[in-house]
Amino acid sequence: MEAAIEEAPFDGLADAERKALARCRHAVLGADRPLRLDCGVELGPYRVAYQTYGTLNADKSNAVLICHALTLDQFVAEEHPVTGKEGWWDSLVGPGKVLDPARYFIICINVLGGCMGTTGPLALDASGQPWNLRFPVVTVADMVRTQAALLDHLGIPDLFCVIGGSMGGMQVLEWAASYPARVFSAVPIACAARHSAQNIAFHEVGRQAIMADPEWKGGDYRQHNTVPARGLSVARMTAHITYLSEQALQRKFGRALQDRDALGFGFDADFQVESYLRYQGSTFVDRFDANSYLYITRAMDYFDLAAAHGGVLANAFKGTPTRFCLFSFTSDWLFPTRESREIVHALNAAAANVSFVEVESDKGHDAFLLDEPEMFRTLAGFLKGAAAVRGLKDVP
Amino acid sequence: MSVTAIRVDLQLIADMVDPATRALDVGCGDGSLLAYLVNFKRVDARGMELSQTGVNACVANGLSVIQGDADADLRDYPDDAFDYVILSQTLQATREPREVLRQMLRVGKRAIVSFPNFAHWQVRLRLVFGGRMPETPSLPFKWYDTPNIHLCSIDDFRGLCRDMGVRIERAIVLDRNSRPINLPPLLANLVGEQAVFMLRRD
Repeated sequence: MEAAIEEAPFDGLADAERKALARCRHAVLGADRPLRLDCGVELGPYRVAYQTYGTLNADKSNAVLICHALTLDQFVAEEHPVTGKEGWWDSLVGPGKVLDPARYFIICINVLGGCMGTTGPLALDASGQPWNLRFPVVTVADMVRTQAALLDHLGIPDLFCVIGGSMGGMQVLEWAASYPARVFSAVPIACAARHSAQNIAFHEVGRQAIMADPEWKGGDYRQHNTVPARGLSVARMTAHITYLSEQALQRKFGRALQDRDALGFGFDADFQVESYLRYQGSTFVDRFDANSYLYITRAMDYFDLAAAHGGVLANAFKGTPTRFCLFSFTSDWLFPTRESREIVHALNAAAANVSFVEVESDKGHDAFLLDEPEMFRTLAGFLKGAAAVRGLKDVP
Repeated sequence: MSVTAIRVDLQLIADMVDPATRALDVGCGDGSLLAYLVNFKRVDARGMELSQTGVNACVANGLSVIQGDADADLRDYPDDAFDYVILSQTLQATREPREVLRQMLRVGKRAIVSFPNFAHWQVRLRLVFGGRMPETPSLPFKWYDTPNIHLCSIDDFRGLCRDMGVRIERAIVLDRNSRPINLPPLLANLVGEQAVFMLRRD
């Protein structure tokens, strides 16, 4: 089924991206028919990097698309080629897990604007120069368009399920709104139908930190052989706080000191929580591109599904045939339960088939990536019910 | 979810629902009626349940259920979204039963409602001769912790339907053992422990 995946040129790519591409599948699309982006620019050809697990069955009815969050990528359930860490959704995807490759053909695609192989600011333009900030601003809808184009390329007519958390959940909603006939079931997790003012504000802090770094060089750091490491690291530190809950931070660190018995009366990392954040920031720099961070946060900021449908969210789902199951977590303050509930109200107004599970957890927004038995149990039940209606056999 | 037998009053409701229709069960509890409708009658059945624990259990069993309550959340749905909207043993616990009924009949072509009869002879005896708020098998709560804030008799309910201009398509009165009884209305209001009504807009 892997028909004609063209080899893409490797020159000039960052080392991390090169490693990623060596370990996943990729396709160059849009050479004949460029992608018309929301900003009006036509993009093409462009490359899509993706990973698959399992086998597409004979009637092509078992495809599951996983949409990844802001800084994650297509390496869902395997060792990461750059960090060496285990797959970010190993808890959910794998043999014997809720999303078992023995049963489903699982696809995850690096988002447009990303830095793990799919075209983004890191890529080269027609003249062979890195796009950097000349890369067009992309939206969640643009990301979904590239994913739909890849499915066309792979000959997959529709998806048994589209699932994702955070920005991945936004993509799931966009999929259901834009391609309802191609989405049998949709699982948006810990997300919202529009990015809130508070969330835009946090993203803006991150972007300003990157752009204030002298090594950023107006976005042209690659030509200058510099890395805006401090700026990107601060952006990550800020964002990381929003992924946790106050309780989780308190439980994990409290006011415990880092490698010392008394306050240092200086500005080293006295507290464990400071040391932890610094570590999170510094390791992020090794695997993520600063310009990519600007573009992807912008895409989330621009996401407002109701606005794209005459200001009425229910219109986005009018007559939808898709079965929905939404998840939220009690301690998530980045995408609180009320945001999911708004989506549920809109789906009800469209008389859609919808389930909504709020999971009790003190782990904050990050809970969707962690071992949450209640989420796994209810998700497994939802998929089982959907599979029965779809007529999916246990093993393809 | 494997379902072999469900509560007798739920079975009566299930029997009123035509196969391959659309139904919303408001206050669906553990989802046993929903599961029956899905598995045995191929109904596109959805549920709404107040308790998140109940919701999660239903979803884990493959049922489509959201957290919500009859008073607040029925108004989200468009007109005629369902063939049936079901409210079993919950009407008496709603804040505005009349409005809930109106919403049910707006959202659904038909409404199926079951409720305990407050004019059952045991209830009357306990209040008249015991001088205490009645506690019976179908009303097992103390006066201070009961969720039932709008109890009514079968005749009261018929009266409300009349006031609202709602047509009663079927009315089944059940005895203490949830067996249907066939008696004239006056007697049914005395002997019936609960009732199941199927209504439609007139």
